[in-house]
Amino acid sequence: MKDKYIVSSAPHVHDKTTIPMVMWNVVIALIPALVFAVYYWGLRALVLTLLGAISAVVTEAAIQKLRKVPVSVSDGSAFLTGLLLAYNIHAGAPLWLPIAGSVFAIAIGKQVFGGLGTNPVNPALLGRAFLLASWPTLMTAGWVKPRTGTLSGISNVDDIALNLQSVSPKAYELVTGATPLKVVQSLRDSSFVASINSSATEGVDIANRIFTNITEMNSLKNLFWGNIGGCIGEVSAFALLLGAAYLLYKNIIEWRIPLFYVGTVFVLSFLFGPIKGSGYSMMLPFFHIFSGGLMLGAFFMATDYTTTPLTKNGRIVFAIGCGLLTMVIRLVGGYPEGVSYSILFMNVMTPLIDKFTVPKAFGRIKK
Amino acid sequence: MSFVKELSKGIIKENPIFVIVLGMCPTLAVTSSVQNGIGMGLAATFVLICSNIIISLIKNITPEKIRIPIYITVIAAFVSIVDMAMAAYVPGLHKSLGLFIPLIVVNCIILGRAEAFASKNNMLASLADGIGMGLGFTLSLVVVAAIREILGAGTFAGIAVMPKTYEPMLVAILAPGAFITLGFLMALMNMMKEKK
Repeated sequence: MKDKYIVSSAPHVHDKTTIPMVMWNVVIALIPALVFAVYYWGLRALVLTLLGAISAVVTEAAIQKLRKVPVSVSDGSAFLTGLLLAYNIHAGAPLWLPIAGSVFAIAIGKQVFGGLGTNPVNPALLGRAFLLASWPTLMTAGWVKPRTGTLSGISNVDDIALNLQSVSPKAYELVTGATPLKVVQSLRDSSFVASINSSATEGVDIANRIFTNITEMNSLKNLFWGNIGGCIGEVSAFALLLGAAYLLYKNIIEWRIPLFYVGTVFVLSFLFGPIKGSGYSMMLPFFHIFSGGLMLGAFFMATDYTTTPLTKNGRIVFAIGCGLLTMVIRLVGGYPEGVSYSILFMNVMTPLIDKFTVPKAFGRIKK
Repeated sequence: MSFVKELSKGIIKENPIFVIVLGMCPTLAVTSSVQNGIGMGLAATFVLICSNIIISLIKNITPEKIRIPIYITVIAAFVSIVDMAMAAYVPGLHKSLGLFIPLIVVNCIILGRAEAFASKNNMLASLADGIGMGLGFTLSLVVVAAIREILGAGTFAGIAVMPKTYEPMLVAILAPGAFITLGFLMALMNMMKEKK
């Protein structure tokens, strides 16, 4: 008998894809966002990013030496974690902040659990949660205006501002000093709206004027290109989509999670996004999908292999859960943005989702 | 079974927090400052020593079936004494520990030592066990609290120890900081044990 029968355990289908190839390709896909950041905020954005990435690599190597396991920093996973973490910091942050975040992300988010492939949650997001809990003022105050635009992204801010400065100093402060999501969160807060003007109806009117302005076409363009205040890597939806297209083309990420995540946010923001006095608008869902960290989260963080469900249906559940939580936090929660916490939460739910979405084995008859 | 051996085992070898892993609730909740840690530790130590003595003395007349309610009653009596004494003499500390003082009644270490040790040993050994476990508990609380307070507030027992430029890492005095610190200290204890 000439034929050879090989008996082996799964996996049976092999592919040339390797971990370093995947990781470095994701790094490549993130470069456009960095280019935009450097354009808006200058070299400081680049320095912060490199500090985050390099300290992540150094931490990983040091801990692997201590654990006496092979040093595997050349696979790019630590570099990617550091890069993503730095993308979650704004350009006005002190230089040690990304270093502190990266050390925590790698040491406690990843190596404590055994390294690549065994971490329960996304290390970069855990690092961000750590920074936000540790130094909340450094993380959420001191936003830097992009070189060419305004913090809130309202296109004709001068126009409203000139008007507002005399009518309501508080509203003026908001449109000139807050990021887009913070503006919208404040406008949803009835006690803030009541404090805009001594006349309640006037206050609601001003709130609605700002709300219409921030969701109109020119403001959305600012959001799309990233001409707004925000974290280094999250602002430019265009740059992130460019990178995401590359990853989808290379088959490195799968379409289910980003599509269902962004889709859920789109639908929920259309249904529940309007504020008191404003009607339904097709602009509002676009505002919500292009603002904050959604593009970065949906394409680059919620698609992490280790911390997301294995099954296709599981991924859909995961993504809808992320979208739901993001919108709950944005619309009724205490934080203006909820992408990072919603992904972290769904990361923790992943084993449960996997358990309930085991596909039917081929040929098995359902009883 | 010497007195010294019973006394010293609670500090490292059978440390109630890092080795037996009992009394996690106060360990996680009150260790945000060193003062709280010392206060909690000493209050629990007092209760533990007294309850160990009484329980070992009454072990022969304690009906087997209702022993746990009896232990709890004994413990609760001493907790009430501590609670009132602290309210009278250290009102500030009493206020910052709050609910955790009455909760000593259900502290696993105290009940655990009553069940596992005092009810089976004589008075002297139970006294030694109570002192050792109490000190081990206090020491562990102080270590956890010191790490958390230094990182999270830049102070040790209220005295500034970090340079002025230090930005306190708030997470250390929040709940996650307690879990992370405890985890690392336990890992350290295990590492030392394995090396021996």
